[in-house]
Amino acid sequence: MKLALITAAAFVTAGAAFAGEIAPKDVVMTEGAVEASLTGVAGNAAEGGKVMANRAQGNCVACHEVSSLKAAFQGNVGPSLDGAGSRWSEAQLRGMLVNPKMTFEGTVMPAFYKVDGYTRPGDGYTGKAATEITPVLTAQQIEDVVAFLAALKE
Amino acid sequence: MTKLTSIRTIAALAFAGSIALGGAVTADENAELVINGELALVTKTAAPDHLKDSLDEIYSGWVYRETDTQAMQMDDFDNPGMVFVDLGMDAWNKVEGTENKSCASCHNDPAESMKGVRATYPKWNEAAGELRTVEGQVNHCRTKNMGAEPYKYVSGDMANMVAMIAVQSRGMPVNVAIDGPVKAAWEQGKEIYYTRTGVLDLSCASCHEQNYGNYIRADHLSQGQINGFPAYRLKDARLHQVQDRFWGCIRDVRGEPYDRGSPEFTALELYVASRGNGLSVEGASVRN
Ligand code: HEC
Ligand code: HEC
Ligand code: HEC
Repeated sequence: MKLALITAAAFVTAGAAFAGEIAPKDVVMTEGAVEASLTGVAGNAAEGGKVMANRAQGNCVACHEVSSLKAAFQGNVGPSLDGAGSRWSEAQLRGMLVNPKMTFEGTVMPAFYKVDGYTRPGDGYTGKAATEITPVLTAQQIEDVVAFLAALKE
Repeated sequence: MTKLTSIRTIAALAFAGSIALGGAVTADENAELVINGELALVTKTAAPDHLKDSLDEIYSGWVYRETDTQAMQMDDFDNPGMVFVDLGMDAWNKVEGTENKSCASCHNDPAESMKGVRATYPKWNEAAGELRTVEGQVNHCRTKNMGAEPYKYVSGDMANMVAMIAVQSRGMPVNVAIDGPVKAAWEQGKEIYYTRTGVLDLSCASCHEQNYGNYIRADHLSQGQINGFPAYRLKDARLHQVQDRFWGCIRDVRGEPYDRGSPEFTALELYVASRGNGLSVEGASVRN
């Protein structure tokens, strides 16, 4: 009884329209792009920006510069994301977040919505073995980030 | 002695503070590392033959640190790691265990007996038929030769002892053997080095071979060499042993690291050490 309540609450706070959500293993990818929204709920660009700057979530600024994000110490392992919305379609951006290796072969960029194919996956940043692998970002967080990136025009 | 110690501690705190405030002073990649104005160390040199397909030059992690961090390592009075070398020396002379012996009972002056050890480990032990790290050898001597309890593989006591042993090789080129009986372990270590690991799916090479010189957030990526170990980290003001560093890097890619002291990490240590063959032993180094 108690357990069921807690689970229900968790879904609500994750803000996901769970019923309509596409699970990581069910995502349909065509040449690296993902056409369909993962949630059916429009992405919120402002939330996406927060996810990208947050170390425990996207932490995209660890590897990329994004001029419009006020995050200290932006890295340069990957290219600047300024103008990404002019270079890529939303479907391509979504696909890149789900699994960028399908766009950039062998890239060091992590997959943010994938739950299999890992070697020695850990339980978050604890150093312990993962008992169950959850994707790095939730489906709605992916949609939020896509919205943020799509708005980065040249 | 106590006075020196406190001066060092204060210096460490002051530097840690300036880094925390983001007073980043960019690294001078052409700086020369000279200790106490007299001992010049090799921080960049040609890559060893086995690495020639991947890298032309190898660089010590010191090269990528900020100017003030670099400076701390250039003077033993400013190097906060040297306090622990003193503690390691105390432990060296301490009688422990059922045999009533200290390390000094058998090995006398470490300046003679331990010279070259850090530069050549991990190393094959013929009698035991196994690959040993310095830590593994210290514990072998404690248990088999002294009748004492082993140190915990990663611990303050162990870090102090390996720091004291490392200092005796300071300035000598890293020169681990990779052939003969250690060949299989070396291959295993290489395999681990290039295997993408954890939920972030990155290998050691993703960061330390493909991206050294770049920034990952505030961190200026080095080649992840271990010639400077053990390393005093300003971040948490303590010495870090090699395999503790490996453990942290794998945790940070959301992976499940091997155990510290395990055969897998010892194989990886041999392989990573061999990528630095030719760089000077620096331990105890200063890093952020
Ligand atoms: C570990 C480093 C790393 C992280 C973390 C990372 N990326 Fe990347 N990303 C890269 C690299 C490297 C490339 C270049 C592709 C390649 O490897 O050829 C790239 C490419 C991209 C591109 C295409 C670049 C362009 O505009 O042409 C986008 C968009 C992108 N990343 C978005 C993101 C977002 C959003 C995040 C966070 C959710 C993120 N990346 C996290 C390393 C990273
Ligand atoms: C009873 C004598 C004895 C004592 C006490 C002793 N050792 Fe040893 N140690 C040896 C012998 C013998 C060897 C070489 C043979 C072997 O591999 O075990 C050795 C080898 C070593 C080596 C490797 C040297 C090399 O050139 O490869 C190190 C390092 C070492 N000892 C450290 C220590 C430390 C640290 C202590 C104290 C905690 C200690 N030993 C105590 C007898 C001793
Ligand atoms: C996501 C990137 C990343 C990966 C993957 C990674 N490291 Fe690191 N590593 C770092 C950062 C950042 C530092 C601190 C700055 C520096 O020295 O590069 C570091 C530091 C080190 C150091 C200390 C170097 C010194 O001179 O102080 C060693 C050794 C090291 N890493 C080894 C490894 C090994 C071995 C692996 C694979 C098991 C690995 N790293 C994987 C990011 C990474």
